[in-house]
Amino acid sequence: MKIAIASGKGGTGKTTFALALFLANSDRSVFLDCDVEEPNAHLFLKGIEKQKDVVQLLIPKVNADLCNQCGLCVKSCQFNALAMAGKAGVLVFNELCHSCGACTLICPTGAIQDVETPVGEISIYDLKGGAEFLSGRLKVGHSAAPAVIQAVKKHPSTTPYTHHIIDSPPGTSCSFVTSVSGADFVILVTEPTPFGLHDLKLAVEGVENLKLPYAVVVNRVREKDHLIKKYCAEKNIKILLELEEDRRVAEMYSKGGTLLEVLPDLKEKLNLLLSDLEDQVGANP
Amino acid sequence: MKSNTPKELVVVSGKGGTGKTSITASLASFFPKKVLVDGDVDAADLHLLFNLKNTKTEDYYGGSIAEIIQDKCTQCGICESLCRFDAIIFEENRYVVQEMSCEGCKVCVDHCPEKAFLWKPDLNGIWMESETLHGSLIHARLTPGSENSGKLVTHVKEIGKKRAIEQNTPLVIVDGPPGIGCPAIAALTGASGLLMVTEPTPSGLHDLIRILDLAAHFKLKSCVLLNKADINPKYEALIQAEIKKFDASFIGTLPYSKIFTEAQLKGQSIVEAYPDSKESIYLKEIAKRVTSFLGL
Ligand code: SF4
Ligand code: SF4
Ligand code: SF4
Ligand code: SF4
Repeated sequence: MKIAIASGKGGTGKTTFALALFLANSDRSVFLDCDVEEPNAHLFLKGIEKQKDVVQLLIPKVNADLCNQCGLCVKSCQFNALAMAGKAGVLVFNELCHSCGACTLICPTGAIQDVETPVGEISIYDLKGGAEFLSGRLKVGHSAAPAVIQAVKKHPSTTPYTHHIIDSPPGTSCSFVTSVSGADFVILVTEPTPFGLHDLKLAVEGVENLKLPYAVVVNRVREKDHLIKKYCAEKNIKILLELEEDRRVAEMYSKGGTLLEVLPDLKEKLNLLLSDLEDQVGANP
Repeated sequence: MKSNTPKELVVVSGKGGTGKTSITASLASFFPKKVLVDGDVDAADLHLLFNLKNTKTEDYYGGSIAEIIQDKCTQCGICESLCRFDAIIFEENRYVVQEMSCEGCKVCVDHCPEKAFLWKPDLNGIWMESETLHGSLIHARLTPGSENSGKLVTHVKEIGKKRAIEQNTPLVIVDGPPGIGCPAIAALTGASGLLMVTEPTPSGLHDLIRILDLAAHFKLKSCVLLNKADINPKYEALIQAEIKKFDASFIGTLPYSKIFTEAQLKGQSIVEAYPDSKESIYLKEIAKRVTSFLGL
């Protein structure tokens, strides 16, 4: 079973919750940090890195000696990743390249070559007690976050595990889609503020477009009747869990600690939560 | 001759949830003449803090996607083998493009021997222009799950700059997206300076280093604001050290404060909702420092 933890808005406690869910069930799951622009799980899990793989993409390189400056490649690029710079010839902006291959295919002189270029890396960590987790990391200056996310999700070391807990990036753009696609269930973490509600609605629209089953976890709850509850009731969305606002949690987080250290009783709840999801997913595959 | 080019301040954070948008809205009230841009197009929240009068809404097409005209297709399979995004699949005895996977690179369209493709504009969302007490706000709504978020960020920034030139205002303030990927790169391209909002946590520090690194990669100058500073006071020194390494400047701190949420619930910025609070006084001082940081 693959469970993606997402949130429209950043900073709602998505990673904190994902880590707690994983730690409560680490005997049967692997954790995938797919928030590759800002991966944070390793700061809290403190595992031992045992393997590091490079994620590469084919990015074009122009051989100035063969280029006749016809400009066809620049025209063919839909992502503005190429520019004609007068005498300097064709410039490639790596950070904009989607690695589609259009320019290489179109070049009449064979001046463009696709070169394997590192755009990110995947670290595999061992944890105390035998669990593992994977962390994807986009290289600074590149925009190929979806490619790195794909590589984490398809990494061979995830295969032995029946349960994947996928920490997804915030927002609802391509990185979010890549991360949650193929999940059996999506948990959206939010907080009872106007920003939290607004961004939750966007995330709901995103998972509904992808036709994925989902439910909500509300973090930093301060009063019983809050705006997320109202919205979820209207839309008939299930709230799996509510976590109260607690300065101790904020302080523990700031020291690199995890939720279960402050709220040990949560472990059993999260155990049940995963089993419930299992039944639910198993019931409607 | 360049005097009428407005300066562009882009507020970024790396990590989400550091208070970036609340701070952007508050700082805005200290600059009398400016245009505001919400560059966080897939979680645009800035408009929730203002009383808006929407003056313009337009569809946004960031690119196109491919569709196969079945009558013309001879099933040669070239498109499937050329598409690097596995967006073309053979299903029920025909080749089809899966819209969700199509990146709009046009390779299939240009290389199909039968010209069996339609090239359809891809509606990625809308962009809007609104009037607020603080001047024009340019904002957008990416359709959840849509491509081209980076291009939409660039688009709202361009409109913002155009308005600033028309209105002869010296400043554009952009509320940027989290992260360091496509939308973040689009947001900081062309900025006069970056204001980074961080928090004293392991994630805050880790993500700050990545966005400082990205700014250095594009040779942009940055200043850093530490929010919620009192949650863990020992981080200030760590953050200062990183700032020094990257040759950025430290612009001040704000305390952990409930009024961020209180003001949000009122649909106002902190400075509007609580003008006499100590947070507002700090923010006023920070606005002054931003002014000299940008050389306004
Ligand atoms: S590979 Fe595609 S995106 Fe990259 S430069 Fe060539 S045409 Fe542009
Ligand atoms: S298509 Fe080839 S020959 Fe033409 S400008 Fe590009 S690299 Fe040069
Ligand atoms: S390349 Fe053209 S003709 Fe060949 S399978 Fe694709 S759509 Fe059909
Ligand atoms: S436009 Fe590009 S991504 Fe889309 S189907 Fe064609 S080749 Fe694939």
